[in-house]
Amino acid sequence: MFSAPPFWQNGPAPGSFYDFPNMQPQVQPNDFRQHTQSPVTTSTSLVAVTYDKGIIIAGDLLASYGSLARYRNCPRIVKVNNNIILGSSGDYADFQYVQNFIEQKVISDECLDDGITLKPKSLYCWLTRILYNRRSKMDPLWNNFIVAGIQDGEPFLGTVDKQGTAYSDKIICTGYGAHIATPMLRDALDNKPQLTQAEARAQVERCMEVLYYRDARSFPKYQLGIIDADQGVSIEGPLQVAQNWSVAHSIKGY
Amino acid sequence: MSLVVKPNFPDYQTAPVQRGFNPYADNGGSVVAIAGDDFVIIGADTRLSAGFSIYTREQNKLFPLSSTTVLGCSGCWCDTLTLTRILKSRMQMYQQEHNKTMSTTACAQMLSTMLYYKRFFPYYISNVLVGLDNDGKGVVYSYDPIGHCEKRTHRAGGSAGALLQPLLDNQIGKKNMLNVKEEPVSQQRALSIIKDVFISAAERDIYTGDSILINIITKDGIKEETFQLRKD
Amino acid sequence: MSSIGTGYDLSASQFSPDGRVFQVEYAMKAVENSGTVIGLKGSDGIVLAAEKLILSKLHEPSTNQRIFNIDQHIGMAFSGLIADARQIVQIARREAAEYRQQYRLSIPLKYLNDRVSMYMHAYTLYSAIRPYGCSVILSGYENGEPVMYTIDPSGVSYGNLGCATGKAKQSAKTEIEKLKLSQMPCRELVKEAAKIIYLVHDELKDKNFELELSWVCKDSNGHHQRVPENVYQEAEKAAKQAMEADSESDNEDM
Repeated sequence: MFSAPPFWQNGPAPGSFYDFPNMQPQVQPNDFRQHTQSPVTTSTSLVAVTYDKGIIIAGDLLASYGSLARYRNCPRIVKVNNNIILGSSGDYADFQYVQNFIEQKVISDECLDDGITLKPKSLYCWLTRILYNRRSKMDPLWNNFIVAGIQDGEPFLGTVDKQGTAYSDKIICTGYGAHIATPMLRDALDNKPQLTQAEARAQVERCMEVLYYRDARSFPKYQLGIIDADQGVSIEGPLQVAQNWSVAHSIKGY
Repeated sequence: MSLVVKPNFPDYQTAPVQRGFNPYADNGGSVVAIAGDDFVIIGADTRLSAGFSIYTREQNKLFPLSSTTVLGCSGCWCDTLTLTRILKSRMQMYQQEHNKTMSTTACAQMLSTMLYYKRFFPYYISNVLVGLDNDGKGVVYSYDPIGHCEKRTHRAGGSAGALLQPLLDNQIGKKNMLNVKEEPVSQQRALSIIKDVFISAAERDIYTGDSILINIITKDGIKEETFQLRKD
Repeated sequence: MSSIGTGYDLSASQFSPDGRVFQVEYAMKAVENSGTVIGLKGSDGIVLAAEKLILSKLHEPSTNQRIFNIDQHIGMAFSGLIADARQIVQIARREAAEYRQQYRLSIPLKYLNDRVSMYMHAYTLYSAIRPYGCSVILSGYENGEPVMYTIDPSGVSYGNLGCATGKAKQSAKTEIEKLKLSQMPCRELVKEAAKIIYLVHDELKDKNFELELSWVCKDSNGHHQRVPENVYQEAEKAAKQAMEADSESDNEDM
């Protein structure tokens, strides 16, 4: 299986003869399995920020097939229960698989009728294990999940990626948003560490607008998930990105 | 493994396109530990990053395993999460089976075994385990990703490890100096050296910064301290 | 019992010369030893009620429940051996979960009933195992239609408008037949169900019991759940009043 590189292009390897046309058998195992090597139908950034009493998370409704804007109504911010919102970017099929799994988990929990419901940190930890186990099989779920929730009256925002890398912070953005929206939101939080819901919403909407200008895989139709300690869960949308292309004609030189 | 014979035509081969999934990530971070006669100090920065992105500025990378043992991890964060969770449950199992807390030396050996168990799919972590040994003396154990374990008095690991280790060798180990008196390092000096080396590391290493979390372990327990670093 | 000593009652895999399977009949006896359970199908849903006999004052009030959730829209009540019934509950939950995983729909009750009865029937065919010592009532609410089935230890199932199993099934059935079920909404049925359970309870043989009430109807959003606390209190009050009125009229007769 492993041999030294050839001396020159298509030449023999050290210690062997030039052997074209060669019918010498090369032994290869045939019981290997090819796993997912890349995502297929993908969705782009998610933007999430914590405010004083909750979390706002936004993501557009596009699922792309490579560079093709293939499916234009794919919600990927979903309510899990009364204190959790789940968002996903990356492979849409993998997201649906995980979503179905969680849905059944929630129903099975309800069936037990013991008054115990899934908590945000539990779902976050569980997702970490699911994704890490799949990466260890070299068959990853190609997603970046964001878990937003309220636990013990406090907002919780966490993320897990396809390798199982997980962390929680007050600001989390995935995909292109990690490069464009994160600095914008960090700036906003540096100026005012405790945003109100309205301020957080304005920030997130601004991020979605900038992302629509700069991210080629983005889409102007998006959803907004809000989880609040007092008001509970709401998923709004489809909303429209406020667009203003009036400066476009003055940009020259590209 | 069943084998199948395939003909081989090297001249007609095109180079295979490898578009792989990389199970590992380099999430950066540095850990520095110094042991003294009756104490041990470990510090780790709180920046979690990947490439040019900073994931979060406040990630604790020190994991207390018992009242006298702390593990510092840097490298692949998903492996760190997994390893420390398994370690935590192993500590609990030991406690419940033997009705006593695992000693630092036993912890050190167990960690080595656990790392080597994954020899061919390693946890990509640079581990530094510190604690007090059975005589109450400070000890530092450092590891490579596949379980090589070494006991020393000072250690810098992680993304700025190569940058800081010679500095520690000089300042703590009194290496490459003439006419120096060998004397044990004091707690105060160890603490200020740790802060200084992290400030230096934050200047040169983009994966180290934001702030450091320091654990000072003495017979009285673990004391926590934080110290701000540059955030760019 | 005529079967004892004939040798045909030792195995579920053998018929007796007159064409009976005694093991199954014994299982039915196990069902008759336990508290009464009834199911009533009204105009807008189904009410399940159980007489949970309290074997010891030292038991916690909520232990050994006799009504379970199978899925969001399906409930199951049983009479017979508790441990056997729990296994049936587990099987039914698994069937419901697998159906949802396959088709992303909640399982139709007709199909669930088929699967569970087949399962119970299989346990009447082999010598190495014994039949399940419980009868179950399945209730569901699908597309605005209430549906109810009962399954016996033999694996036979029936679609029902009203049903009763357990100790006092005969007198309970007589009471149910007096009601105009198809014209009554669940709110009223809950009271009737409570009355019947109180009425058929044999105070001389069994001292204490706990009333369990659940419904699956329009008011509960098509979900199977325990009736709300206020509805429960009202029903229990109505039942107790009816009992008092009854005993007074008995006294007058004397």
